Amino acid sequence: MTRRLSGIPASVQRGFRRGVHRAAAAGLLAASLAIPGTAALVAAPAMAQETPVRGGVLNSIVQPEPPTLMLGLNQQGPTQTVAGKIYQGLLTYDRKLNPLPSLAESWTVSPDGLTYTFKLYQNVKWHDGQPFTAKDVVFSTSKFLMEVHPRARAVFSRCESITALDDHTVEFKLKEPFPAFIQAFEVSSAPIVPAHLYEGTDYRANPANNTPIGTGPFKLKEWVKGSYIQLVRNEDYYKKDLPYLDGITFRVIPDAASRSLALESGQVQQTQYSDLEPFEVPRMKTLPNVTMTTDGYEFVAPLSWLEINHRVKPLDDKRFRKAIAYAIDRKFIRDKIWFGLGRVPTGPINSVVKFYDPKVTTYEPNIDKAKALLDEMGLKPDGKGVRATVKLMPMPYGETWTRLGEYLKQALGKVGISVVLESTDAAGWAQRVANWDYEITTNFLYQYGDPALGVARTYISSNIRKGVLFTNTMGYSNPKVDELFAQASQENDPAKRQEEYSEVQRILSDDLPVVWLLEMEFPTFLDKRVKNANKTAIGVNDTYEDVWLSK
Amino acid sequence: MLGFAQLFASRLVKAAAILIAIVVMNFFLVHAAPGDPAMVMAGEAGAADEKFVAQLRQQFGLDRPIYEQLGTYVGKVVQGDLGYSYRQQRPVWDILAERLPATLVLTLTAFVLALAAGVALGTLAAVAVGTWADSAITVIALLAYATPIYWIGLMLSLLFSIQLGWLPAFGYETVGAGYTGLAHAADVAAHLVLPVITLALFYMAGYARLTRASMLEVRSLDFVKTAKAKGLPQRRIVTRHVLRNAILPVITVAGIQAGQLVGGSILIETVFAWPGIGRLAFEAVLQRDYQVLLGIFLVTSVMVILFNILTDILYGLVDPRIQVSQ
Repeated sequence: MTRRLSGIPASVQRGFRRGVHRAAAAGLLAASLAIPGTAALVAAPAMAQETPVRGGVLNSIVQPEPPTLMLGLNQQGPTQTVAGKIYQGLLTYDRKLNPLPSLAESWTVSPDGLTYTFKLYQNVKWHDGQPFTAKDVVFSTSKFLMEVHPRARAVFSRCESITALDDHTVEFKLKEPFPAFIQAFEVSSAPIVPAHLYEGTDYRANPANNTPIGTGPFKLKEWVKGSYIQLVRNEDYYKKDLPYLDGITFRVIPDAASRSLALESGQVQQTQYSDLEPFEVPRMKTLPNVTMTTDGYEFVAPLSWLEINHRVKPLDDKRFRKAIAYAIDRKFIRDKIWFGLGRVPTGPINSVVKFYDPKVTTYEPNIDKAKALLDEMGLKPDGKGVRATVKLMPMPYGETWTRLGEYLKQALGKVGISVVLESTDAAGWAQRVANWDYEITTNFLYQYGDPALGVARTYISSNIRKGVLFTNTMGYSNPKVDELFAQASQENDPAKRQEEYSEVQRILSDDLPVVWLLEMEFPTFLDKRVKNANKTAIGVNDTYEDVWLSK
Repeated sequence: MLGFAQLFASRLVKAAAILIAIVVMNFFLVHAAPGDPAMVMAGEAGAADEKFVAQLRQQFGLDRPIYEQLGTYVGKVVQGDLGYSYRQQRPVWDILAERLPATLVLTLTAFVLALAAGVALGTLAAVAVGTWADSAITVIALLAYATPIYWIGLMLSLLFSIQLGWLPAFGYETVGAGYTGLAHAADVAAHLVLPVITLALFYMAGYARLTRASMLEVRSLDFVKTAKAKGLPQRRIVTRHVLRNAILPVITVAGIQAGQLVGGSILIETVFAWPGIGRLAFEAVLQRDYQVLLGIFLVTSVMVILFNILTDILYGLVDPRIQVSQ
């Protein structure tokens, strides 16, 4: 067992941080300005006031501990946050979800929307010293990801051909137009993996999976399972003088209260996603040493809902689903259960995602309307005031979801819908939802930057697939919805696409296949000394190449 | 002496049979839970399709009939191979070997501390029964026994780490410090203090109460009166006559608990982010990492069986009147 480290003592790190001269740092800034990818970021007014300095180690939390850091094989949230520093995609995205360079320096899309050509950065090296070329991109997208990555498989199977035009140019030819294609190159959606280590091997059993080799600004130094993951600066990073940090350490802290303590005591300088329980957030926000933001989750744009099995009566009746929608107070859920984190949704598309349209049927809390709908269905209250009994299986993802389940039981009880709560763990939940063995559950899905990538999958009838999670598990089917999603996914004209998506949002908000509960926001806490972090739509999952620590 | 060797041999044979039964039962137990590792990984990925789950099941061997899976597993275990965790992509034995030292250093330290302090406090309370010292010890023991262990852990860490800043709040060692030799040992020891105290307090309370009750019972027996009548000094009566006879139930309880030590403490390991076996087991349950879970069950079972045999031997040493019955 090797627990001891040969890392740099903290005192030396501190000295290093202090020792960097301002003049040298200014030089770094000038150098970084020459790089298109960072130019826009450095030019932002707030950043211009301070000059980045080299050195220092950023400490953060990784929770739960990922099974592997090979991002192509595992896209669990924590894997993305850590491996997003090791691996890179061709693109990253700004807050408005417009593409920014990552491994691709520039790109063009042909007017017919069928050919996407990416120019790659020169002089990029894998962490083992091998050169990164277009061959790696072709291998990753046409072979590796097609084999192991469900989301990438769905996207890249739309390609007629994927070709390396030269060592630094890759051309994707699509069978049909698919404008959402440009949103599919984020690091977890399409991580580029080294062809020289994986080509011709059994990808899942490749020993290289334990020593991830990427192109990113940080390399894996040591992973002590159950304790921490230590990343160190990639000295051969292709952007000169970057990254600024000497390393990033992710600590495994399984207890939520201990995670709060870690931030409070300054032992970690960053927390993300669900590291802190929502009920801790108001208190942590008042700490003097940290700032809190909910930015940086635009790419995932989670939307949570009550998932309703349409195969069970009376849940197949949209009047019943509407009664549920009227019975619950989503502002209360946001304010009292999520402690103010999130936005009340209007329909199937998260408001930060493209083609969102607020002009749809909405459901303000109204107990009378709910009761009237149930009356109309002939569901009269019995002696105990119960009109119908449904089973609710809250998502087993922590305290907050349990509280939501308790609230829903209460709220639905007020209109005469008696709720039986069922409890399960993550494995049981996945099994039962995938196999349609539930009545109502809570769920949330990521939207991945475009309705064609993250929204349509929940509502189109071709995606009713037993045994598969995150499909149309409700069994909802509306030919018009299918048609509109299909048309919109191939429509090159953004105006027409907006029309189609607007119409589908109107239909869905009336059919109410699920009851949308919350556009979820996650809190990112950053120590005030951490600069330049969390600037894109993928936030904490980005490379952190230009993140630096002030003294 | 022949009796002893026979006993030992027959116990070992029985133990082997029990172990096989445990392995088979555990196997069915973990497979009875709904969901499987492929489903869990699909859930974590946030996206899935038929191929994804099917590939994982095939890789994990879950597409084979359950009896074939059992046969494969038992066959491997008999050869000393605990299997392979496809989730972590490492042999189970390596995963356990990595976690065991952290667990053992935590639980053994806490166990020894708890046993020593518990027996001492219990003896003290029994000797001074009815006085303020007895009451104080009883109250402390009751509190330590009744207070939730994770709460004590959090409060200690709040006081000593956050308020006073004397001790690290969590973890096994200082990350990136690069200590070696003695400095490393001191670093681990500093991290060890809070979790050990938290865990030891709970066990100590049990031992103290048990020792006190047992001593009070023995104290009123005839041979103690005889010893007093002989004019033996009080100290000698307490240690040689009373404690030696009163300690047997404590050994019984300690023997049972010692066997479980290797299983770690899920709560303590979670609160203090201690990279031990308990947390590994808990995570393996949630992730349906069957091979890791079965491996932990097996190692724990072996330890429980071994400690039971050891306890039996210890009885004979402490009280030679206890004979091997055939």
